[in-house]
Amino acid sequence: MLKKFKNLSDYARTSVSTYGIVLLAFAVIFPLQQAGMLSYSLSGMLVPICAYIVMAISLNLTVGVLGELSLGHAGFMSVGAFSGAVAAVSLGNGVPDVVRLIIGIVIGGILAGIAGLLIGIPVLRLKGDYLAIVTLAFGEIIKNIVNCLYIGVDKKGLHFSMTDVASLNMTDGTVILKGPQGAVGIPKIASFVAGIVLILVTLFIVINLVHSRTGRAIKAIRNNQIAAESVGIGVTKYKLTAFITSAALAGMAGAMYAMNYSSIVAKKFDFNTSILILVFVVLGGMGKFFGTIIATTVLYMLPEIFREFGEYRMLIYAVVLVIVMLAKNSSGAKVLKDKIADFVKNIFAKRKKEKAGGAGNE
Amino acid sequence: MSKMVEMPSRSIVPERDVDKTPILEAHHLGIDFGGLTAVDDLTLAVGRTEIGGLIGPNGAGKTTVFNLLTNVYAPTRGTILLDGKTTAGKTTAQVNRMGIARTFQNIRLFSDMSVIDNVKVGLHNQIKESLVSNFTHSFGFKKAEKKFTERALELLDFFKMADMANEEAGSLPYGAQRRLEIVRALATNPGIILLDEPAAGMNPSETAELMNNIRRIRDTFNIAILLIEHDMNLVMNICEGICVLDHGKVIAKGTPDEIKSNPKVIEAYLGKKREGDNNA
Repeated sequence: MLKKFKNLSDYARTSVSTYGIVLLAFAVIFPLQQAGMLSYSLSGMLVPICAYIVMAISLNLTVGVLGELSLGHAGFMSVGAFSGAVAAVSLGNGVPDVVRLIIGIVIGGILAGIAGLLIGIPVLRLKGDYLAIVTLAFGEIIKNIVNCLYIGVDKKGLHFSMTDVASLNMTDGTVILKGPQGAVGIPKIASFVAGIVLILVTLFIVINLVHSRTGRAIKAIRNNQIAAESVGIGVTKYKLTAFITSAALAGMAGAMYAMNYSSIVAKKFDFNTSILILVFVVLGGMGKFFGTIIATTVLYMLPEIFREFGEYRMLIYAVVLVIVMLAKNSSGAKVLKDKIADFVKNIFAKRKKEKAGGAGNE
Repeated sequence: MSKMVEMPSRSIVPERDVDKTPILEAHHLGIDFGGLTAVDDLTLAVGRTEIGGLIGPNGAGKTTVFNLLTNVYAPTRGTILLDGKTTAGKTTAQVNRMGIARTFQNIRLFSDMSVIDNVKVGLHNQIKESLVSNFTHSFGFKKAEKKFTERALELLDFFKMADMANEEAGSLPYGAQRRLEIVRALATNPGIILLDEPAAGMNPSETAELMNNIRRIRDTFNIAILLIEHDMNLVMNICEGICVLDHGKVIAKGTPDEIKSNPKVIEAYLGKKREGDNNA
């Protein structure tokens, strides 16, 4: 079976492993959640983990597949989170939750995609460090804009202001976004099922894109931009495609993340969050989606697991990160990995032999 | 064409191309880097099915000419006509779509992609897929991908590389990497292909095979080839017209026999005879 799996095309292998692990996780966790057997803290982490997996997969498209370092991915999450929240609140309670959730996520994705387009056009002309710095600045700009943005909704529609609640000019209606206080009164309609569905949709989009004509062009640009241009590939177009897709998916993740809480502040989506997601991607493996899913899940849960260490937990978290990074790139770890792979192979081979031998004896 | 007769490079256009516009023309091309003139007053034409050679001592500006022809650098002076149309203001990618493909002196493959994917990237503009089909892998995606695979294997087969299709391009032996670069360039369906030192680092038998391949490319695809090469055996054997550059200027143009006996060329390569040398 292992051999069969190895012989599959890269596309099939990635699809099977990633969809498989997500569905498996769902099959194990969903019944436990329904039976109320998950701890309070763990069940509270399910939707955020799903959101962060989507974030990490989408960032991997920019960093791992396109090869551009973006330090402002949380900025797109923020755009998606607040636009999704505004959309969900303004739809009102009359609309079924599922529809609200879907519309919120879609609007979050679209607006983040537009933000990706606007930031991408100037930024993707830059290279390397400059791109990283500008995306970093973008994340901070978004945070600060949301921090002084007021949005309210009444019968006439949406009201915007950059000063205070009073200047929204509303008599009756709800204030959704209150500047530094963030978005309030968000319907808590995100669920674990929705999270899993969003991960599957993200994987579908990203894996398909990577294994297509567009994906080949994107990978070619990462490999050698000069050669890609020499065979007639419009570099800006394909960089933008990857960047916008990545931003839109981040926006969808942000919208779902926001709808898991009743209120959310812009500070949540700061530079640290961008770095956190980047850490998930780097540890999971550039361009590797299976690894990204595992790394995100484990690293997101680690601080929770280390809770018993009290105030030292972040210190231990950092030490674990360093150890994992070192181990991942050491030759010793590779030898160990090969040994384990050989061991597993031998078990399979033995079994086959026994089976074959047994059949022969009969 | 009357234009052809006026061209100083008239003599290097083969007989069969004489009554057609050249595929590639450069008129008084020049480029300055700061105060340094790297290429100056380069005028050159390559016929539709010509195998042309661009030679010259190290640092003569040969690769710079290739970079000018493919719009990697914008020329300071002069014009480039591809199939009679100017390439001024176009990007490298657009120039490729107009019909120039090239290889590089230091191999530039997409090294962590498979051999066949490298060729498929070359075929990028030959077979279209919609973005929606790319995201969903339906709406005609399978059909287009099948075309990609078939065409790529066909091209690889031309160079007997089809059995390497799924290997990683970066792990190929050196000679195969050079061949793959040519296949990738050919995949873009060019009118002319520029080869930058295709025989560099090859042994005599590999070079002989390369010469055979270059002729095969011309005869099968009916396209022009312009190559930079230091291997004089290769240049003199397969090129129909040769242009010699020295210090960014054209010092000679003509058939291999004319070039071999041109005193200016000999001087550029071997240096001037000193007064005393005659007596020694």
